[in-house]
Amino acid sequence: MLRAPMFRALVLAQLPSRAGILFTTSRMQSNAPAKAPEKIEVFIDDQPVMVAPGTTVLQAAAQVGVEIPRFCYHERLAVAGNCRMCLVEVEKSPKPVAACAMPVMKGWRIKTNSDMTRKAREGVMEFLLSNHPLDCPICDQGGECDLQDQAMAFGSDRSRFTDINHAGKRAVEDKDIGPLVKTIMTRCIHCTRCIRFASEVAGVDDLGTTGRGNEMQVGMYVEKLFLTELSGNVIDLCPVGALTNKPYSFVARPWEIRKVDSIDVLDALGSNIVVSTRTGEVLRILPRENEDINEEWLSDKSRFACDGLKRQRLITPMLRKPDGEFEAVEWESALITAAQAIRNAPKDKIAAVAGSLVDAEQLVAVKDLLNRLGSELLCTEQKFPTADGTSGTDLRSNYLLNSSIASCEDADLVLLVGTNPRYEAPLLNTRLRKGYVHKEQDIAYIGPEVDLSYRYEYLGNRSLTIEDIAKGKHPFAQRLKQAKRPLIIVGANALARNDGKAYIAALQSFARQLKPEDKNWKVWNVLQTNASQVAALDVGYKPGVEEVLAAQPKVLFLLGADGNAVNKENIPKDCFVIYQGHHGDQGAQLAHAILPGAAYTEKQGTYVNTEGRAQQTLVAVSPPGMAREDWKIIRALSEVVGTVLPYDTLDELRNRMEDIAPHLVRYGHLEENNFYAQAEQLIKTQASSFQGDVDVNQKSLEDFFMTDSITRASPTMAKCVAAVKKAQATG
Amino acid sequence: MANVLVRVNSAPKQQLAASLLPLFKNIQIRSNSAQVSTPPPQTKTKFGGLADQDRVFTNLYGRHDWRLKGAMKRGDWYKTKEILEKGVDWILNEIKASGLRGRGGAGFPSGMKWSFMNKPSDGRPKYLVVNADEGEPGTCKDREIMRHDPHKLIEGCLIAGRAMGARAAYIYIRGEFYNEASNMQLAIAEAYQAGLLGKNACNSGYDFDVFMHRGAGAYICGEETALIESLEGKQGKPRLKPPFPADVGVFGCPTTVANVETVAVAPTICRRGGVWFASFGRTRNSGTKLFNISGHVNNPCTVEEEMSIPLKELIERHCGGVRGGWDNLLGIIPGGSSTPIIPKDVCAEALMDFDGLVACQTSLGTAAIIVMDKSTDVIKAIARLIAFYKHESCGQCTPCREGVSWMNKIMTRFVSGNARPDEIDMLWEVSKQIEGHSICALGDGAAWPVQGLIRHFRPVIEQRMQDFEKRQEATN
Repeated sequence: MLRAPMFRALVLAQLPSRAGILFTTSRMQSNAPAKAPEKIEVFIDDQPVMVAPGTTVLQAAAQVGVEIPRFCYHERLAVAGNCRMCLVEVEKSPKPVAACAMPVMKGWRIKTNSDMTRKAREGVMEFLLSNHPLDCPICDQGGECDLQDQAMAFGSDRSRFTDINHAGKRAVEDKDIGPLVKTIMTRCIHCTRCIRFASEVAGVDDLGTTGRGNEMQVGMYVEKLFLTELSGNVIDLCPVGALTNKPYSFVARPWEIRKVDSIDVLDALGSNIVVSTRTGEVLRILPRENEDINEEWLSDKSRFACDGLKRQRLITPMLRKPDGEFEAVEWESALITAAQAIRNAPKDKIAAVAGSLVDAEQLVAVKDLLNRLGSELLCTEQKFPTADGTSGTDLRSNYLLNSSIASCEDADLVLLVGTNPRYEAPLLNTRLRKGYVHKEQDIAYIGPEVDLSYRYEYLGNRSLTIEDIAKGKHPFAQRLKQAKRPLIIVGANALARNDGKAYIAALQSFARQLKPEDKNWKVWNVLQTNASQVAALDVGYKPGVEEVLAAQPKVLFLLGADGNAVNKENIPKDCFVIYQGHHGDQGAQLAHAILPGAAYTEKQGTYVNTEGRAQQTLVAVSPPGMAREDWKIIRALSEVVGTVLPYDTLDELRNRMEDIAPHLVRYGHLEENNFYAQAEQLIKTQASSFQGDVDVNQKSLEDFFMTDSITRASPTMAKCVAAVKKAQATG
Repeated sequence: MANVLVRVNSAPKQQLAASLLPLFKNIQIRSNSAQVSTPPPQTKTKFGGLADQDRVFTNLYGRHDWRLKGAMKRGDWYKTKEILEKGVDWILNEIKASGLRGRGGAGFPSGMKWSFMNKPSDGRPKYLVVNADEGEPGTCKDREIMRHDPHKLIEGCLIAGRAMGARAAYIYIRGEFYNEASNMQLAIAEAYQAGLLGKNACNSGYDFDVFMHRGAGAYICGEETALIESLEGKQGKPRLKPPFPADVGVFGCPTTVANVETVAVAPTICRRGGVWFASFGRTRNSGTKLFNISGHVNNPCTVEEEMSIPLKELIERHCGGVRGGWDNLLGIIPGGSSTPIIPKDVCAEALMDFDGLVACQTSLGTAAIIVMDKSTDVIKAIARLIAFYKHESCGQCTPCREGVSWMNKIMTRFVSGNARPDEIDMLWEVSKQIEGHSICALGDGAAWPVQGLIRHFRPVIEQRMQDFEKRQEATN
């Protein structure tokens, strides 16, 4: 949990000469005026290249497109330099140098393909293979294995490990580190990537090495659960098959699967993913690199909950019989029954509640339909402070993570209020941790005490503290005022409380008072928890179900609304409930008619993440059974109701979306927010008082895994919860 | 010349009287050439037979009191204050003029190494770390210093520390050296009580602390960066260089790691003059040195001798010769277990200094001479060494972790002869694949004994294989 011993990276980054290095601590460096360092010329295979001083040989080679093989080196982790695969010859040096760790010197002539280099690689490869089992045919990494690929490219074409007939190879007992990561430790080549990831990125110092020499083992010394929300990333990092995906083990080969780029919707960050499918089945989910959002990591929920897409699915339209049982029906009768209910209802008694996984297409289609029918009763499940005839959600800057995910790591002082980013948005938490470890970021936190994987200043869980800070009475308020790049991040769940108005009123006006160094720096940030929330608010849904329920609707659309905001108790007795969604979860139990929709891997849908960036999922598999893409269901229903929606194709629907909110179709683009002053004015009118202490929903790892209809249906997630509970019980 | 006079004056009196004349001659010769960068021409042709008055370690055998009182009687802590007051440059110049090279094995010129620390300070303290993790098989010189002459080391820490502007010295002592550690600790306490260490050490106005830290018993912790890691409380695994310890060492501060013997001779060099020290041994290999002779000699011992003494003379003069006579000699490992073995005919000509042994394709190392007579199973002896290196490899980097254990497997078979002759070449190649490819020098140290064995004893290995084959055929 200590801040990274930075000298290694630091000295590498600013090494003027081999003998005389002036050390600068990071603090000193950050204060020093940024002086453009003079570039130095080196030669990679006789190709000249100008690089900044401190560039490593490997980076310099990459600049001219020469890739040097490596196992232990990873650009997002500290340099270990222990695999020795990247050894290259440098002219006049008697020994080959480790390219990943050696900073270049002026005039160096680096030979990445000389006899010495090739021999060194071949030697290292031979050593690595001498104790690596020849189990590629049954290894899950086969086909996407660094060791396999590099052995083909740089290894010898024959083995001379004659001792296979005598002493044999090393064998290491496997370790049980939880239900997500399978270990086959005999395959380990001791690159220590997983160790470095755990201690640097995940902030869990569980992994390490024990033993010495050939008996060295990567593990935890005592066998226990790898207790982190980011454990799956070590599978991607592992260059061999030592750490593999446990639920995916022995399922498929990389060359059998189809890969579709998509977006994750299980938290509000919109992490970029690759969905691997085979014969209409989602097999696994991998992260896709996006520097602005998830870098190349992915949270365990997003990665492993995909088996929830195969269970508890609504695969056929259903109608509730008078005896209360559901009956599977054809689309035709389901739509006719629903349309009848709609036509029979008074036009201002038709309402819709959107859940957490709904795409913007469906949101727009439902809103268009209800508006055309004459109803304005559309809301999201999650509340957000609005009242007094004005709306807190009229201006986007009120409810977005304005500063963007990537720049969260650049802040120098962060105040977290009523949010546990470690579980609500694990990859935002890695940004904060990165800022904490590498950029001297300080973090303070108001809420119940939780483990954020970095050290934070705990300001208690009293809501009074928020008031004190907002009024400048708290000492921390002064620190925020002095900070150059302060951030205030408020959890959406805190704002969804009945006293959410008080939070927003106090903190947003305080945020406006702060004067960051850069005028464009955004202080006020809301961390959303639902993937659909921002798009819903953008197209004009009202946050929170009270208004809708107060109107005593006769027909209620539940759009994947499984969050228990609408339930048996608060729903009007004579209300006809149409549930449209993909999982038979809490919402479907209330329904009179069920219209089976598509999950995020089965449709081309638009999602807007917590920073306001629109991204789209792509169709990886087709919806199961009779389920259909959601906007098409609404379009079909509109036909039956008799109020035909004017779009027949996705393109036409997206044109309509562009009319409403142009940013919804600018995929990947981050829309700049503005009207901060006006946004604050809207909030100011809503004076309100705090009730009770600050709280967060997800306090420990067991709360993290099951948060929506997909994850609740996932057996893997259930195993995770059980494993965490067991680990906590046994200490 | 002023400096020379001062040096003569500051030398202990009885030594001065005995050796004034020859010493002065040497000064004349050396002082003219001490200023120029090229080493002086070699004029001396005979080495060895160090006179008693020229010994640095006068209580090597523990016959006298090792405590402060006895040490002061032998001339330790004599005018240390004056030496300190002469300043950093003076001390560094003396060390440079003495031609002292690191006694831990690599033989890097100490004066130059210490001067790396004299860069403008950036606010971080500097540290001297004394490498007392003497673990090389065959080596037993530092322990003699620490248990019988600990004040030499402590005074050396102060002077060397002053020369590099260090705030404190850490003595990282091998965990197995219990008695040595306890003597050292007592000596440190004595020095503190006498005001020789601590605030205003020796009344020089210079604050200097000495701490002792006991290791936990890993050979690799004798590698300087692994030692630093271990001192910081981490696993003893060598760091990548650069950054070198002189830039980022212990606790992230500039650090110099020096061997016990190197540090312990520094006070005497300062007192008697670098030129005195340089008068021993060949050019670039100057000084006196502790030699540890073990194995098949009549009288194994640790002895201080002049550098460049012929190996044969060293054994004959101090150890009573090889067991069964010189003709019974099989081979000698001249510098601790990691240096390549040399056979009898090479031993007869070898000079015991850095350059002399490099010329024999081996190395001075720690000057731990392991003598093997003809009763030795040389393959088994080397195999045992490889087993040691296999056991002591830290496991961090691939060539050492995988390569040394593979070599161990092959060597084990070579002992019984259960191998094919072409595997000798393979073993050679494997050792070359390790050498120079690992993070630290342990890989090299493991590869060299094997290379020495193959270089000089290949027929023995082949014979063993033939015998094994014959036995196999006979049993079938």
